[in-house]
Amino acid sequence: MSGLQRRTPLLTRDAEGLFWMARYVERVENLARLIDVTQTFESPGREAESWSALVAIMADYAGLQERGLAMDAMNVKRFYLLDPTNPTGIPACIEAARTNARTLRPLISTEMWMQLNVFHHDLLAIEPWELDGDALSRLCRRIKEGVQAHTGITEGTFFRDQGWHFYEVGRLIERADQTTRLLDIKYHLLTPGTVEERRVVELTQWNSLLRAAAGYHGFRRVAQAGFVPADVVAFLLGDTSFARSVALCVEQMDWHFGTLRSRYGLRDTAPVLERIEDLRVALGEPVLRMLPDGLHDFLDSMQRDLAKLGELIGTMFFRDWRPLKQSQSQSQGSQDGPGQDQSQSQSGPEGTQSQSQSQGTP
Amino acid sequence: MQPNSATPFSSYDPGAYYCELTARDGDGGSAGLVRDRISAIGLDALRLRARAAERDLFNLGITFTVYSESTAIDRILPFDCVPRIIAAKEWAVLERGVAQRVRALNLFLADIYNTRHITRDGVIPPELVYGNVNYRPEMEGFPVRFGTYVHICGIDLVRDEHGRFAVLEDNARTPSGVSYVVENRHLMLRAFPDLVAGMKLRPVDDYGRRLRSAMDEIAPEGIDNPQVVLLSPGIYNSAYFEHVFLAREMGVPLVEGADLTVEDDKVWMRTTAGLRRVHTIYRRIADDFLDPTVFRPDSLLGVPGLIGAWRHGNVTLANAVGTGVADDKAVYAYMPRIIRYYLGEDAILSNVETHICGEPEGLAYTLANLERLVVKPVGESGGYGITVGPRASRAELDAARAQLAADPANWISQPMISLSVAPTLTEAGLRPRHLDLRPFAITGRETWVLPGGLSRVALKEGSLIVNSSQGGGSKDTWVLAE
Repeated sequence: MSGLQRRTPLLTRDAEGLFWMARYVERVENLARLIDVTQTFESPGREAESWSALVAIMADYAGLQERGLAMDAMNVKRFYLLDPTNPTGIPACIEAARTNARTLRPLISTEMWMQLNVFHHDLLAIEPWELDGDALSRLCRRIKEGVQAHTGITEGTFFRDQGWHFYEVGRLIERADQTTRLLDIKYHLLTPGTVEERRVVELTQWNSLLRAAAGYHGFRRVAQAGFVPADVVAFLLGDTSFARSVALCVEQMDWHFGTLRSRYGLRDTAPVLERIEDLRVALGEPVLRMLPDGLHDFLDSMQRDLAKLGELIGTMFFRDWRPLKQSQSQSQGSQDGPGQDQSQSQSGPEGTQSQSQSQGTP
Repeated sequence: MQPNSATPFSSYDPGAYYCELTARDGDGGSAGLVRDRISAIGLDALRLRARAAERDLFNLGITFTVYSESTAIDRILPFDCVPRIIAAKEWAVLERGVAQRVRALNLFLADIYNTRHITRDGVIPPELVYGNVNYRPEMEGFPVRFGTYVHICGIDLVRDEHGRFAVLEDNARTPSGVSYVVENRHLMLRAFPDLVAGMKLRPVDDYGRRLRSAMDEIAPEGIDNPQVVLLSPGIYNSAYFEHVFLAREMGVPLVEGADLTVEDDKVWMRTTAGLRRVHTIYRRIADDFLDPTVFRPDSLLGVPGLIGAWRHGNVTLANAVGTGVADDKAVYAYMPRIIRYYLGEDAILSNVETHICGEPEGLAYTLANLERLVVKPVGESGGYGITVGPRASRAELDAARAQLAADPANWISQPMISLSVAPTLTEAGLRPRHLDLRPFAITGRETWVLPGGLSRVALKEGSLIVNSSQGGGSKDTWVLAE
């Protein structure tokens, strides 16, 4: 046998695994960013309030309650950084990423696997003292850097066939979603005091938000000195020069599906591309019209649209041949429900799917 | 030399056992060179580097996973840094011996599933073959390409106190361990380049390419560019790392049962671009679990209709179904006769003397000499169910006697072999530890034997059980090129 194969096949299960591995890793980074910015928002004497905002945007009140935990800074930090039973926390996300990676080892590079494996062991060994004071910021940095090492290694070593596109799409959809959540944190923060006091506090908060999203310097370059909140929102959502903007994520997803269609002949991309186009249209809406009251609703509907996009990708490419398990079809159905506005609807059963499917081992 | 820096070998004493390193001759001095180099490194540095090497294995995920109810623990197969050396001349004999054995196993399977000459000629009792739990009537009269049933074979060899090799058992179903052979060499080259420097070793990293090429060869006839896949039970299987390794080395998809489907008696895999034909399946799933419509109906690991597709000649399974009858421990006892019957030559590798308890004289002998024999169940693997007579307590011997009486056909016995030892790094320094050798043979049209094989070492002092599930480790196995 001689010559090189031009187009290697990709198992639907592997496409799904890559998509979710990338999502979970990206989620870990964003959680670290959210925790970092929450700590920055923390004002003396009102710590619980900032952390409550984090719980609100993660829709985790119930999770905290189930564990009988009061809403205070330490409980929330432990909930997201130490508790492996919390599905929205960092330990569970890195576990899910690694579980997916294990099934993907024939496809991903050895260097990707090794880094993720070591990073996983590192994150499961976070010590309680690292959640306190200045240690927390260092911890968040370490987590971010771990993910950045992952994305860097991936960029430099991952074979760029079909699988890479699905990996990238997973990362982008998660990143877009997390940017909307980061922005939403602002909505949940009460800004007390007089108008002037509030103006100063708000300014600080917007700056922190930009820093958390790694957009502070970029924003400075494009913004006028007398910027208004709407400018920050427009930047985070719509500036395609900003790496974490929703608009850039959407643009890149469009390119990936276009390539999957043209180069790999995946015909089922058509409805997905349409859905992406809808997102693009929604993002074109002038930001001023959303502020101050409509922003949360807008972010919410954006999150729902992203969740629907994820689901569509799932039905088109991952599960088309596979009978749905009862529990999956149920929870997927409920994601569209109007009452689910705050839910992390994308952290459905998919992340653990590969696990449940292989449990029949003797 | 400083008074307190005696070499790591000065307190090493293999006693009456054959030592793979210190008793060598005719290897061109490599063993001596390795000894000198290890002495030069010194025990402390050796320990540090060995520990770093094992950490590497862990980080690389070259592990098997042990699951309990709430946790999953990754364990490495412990790596001992002192290599096991096989001289070129020794290997030439082993290689021919393994290839001979594989030929005989394949001829035996072809015969019992088709012409049945060997039982008619009275060489082996028919009930031992056709009454065997691993005999598959589904295979009767079914042609396989090149007459190859056992495409991947692992043959366990041991060495006695005189340095003579003998076959302990054949693994003709889904032998595992080859990934460690290759990974151990990589680790050796990475972590102990100073031990390997200048040594002329036969390479081991060709295994994946050879395997792929055999899998291509055995695909159904008339297929130009066959699609090969490796079928794994999934991440919960303890050999999952090896499945990953082999899929990667072959460059083929690692599939699970749910990734495959059978339509029109053809096997397809589910890809993002739709269904795609599969022609050869290297399956790492036991016969019983392959197809719930034919074998165990409760199996979730297999593919419904797979056996049908295979019987229609639309897909090849490697190894073929029903090879377990050939590596049965009772059939093993007949291997020298089987080799002579089909090949008209003596076995190059001898058997360990074996008493078949299913035969009256074998049972009588075993019961009379229990405290001197090793008693093994015929159908088990992984070192389970073994009673080592000379090491067993009175109660253990009584238990073995009761088991023998209850179901004699389930047992064989063998004399206790003084397994060879090799210097192994322990808390106390370099100490002799028993080891075996599992060479791997790949057969499509022809047989190729991977130089060396997996040297498994029993890390516990005095232990003869080398299985990884029971505290075994492994060594890099060097076959000298000249």
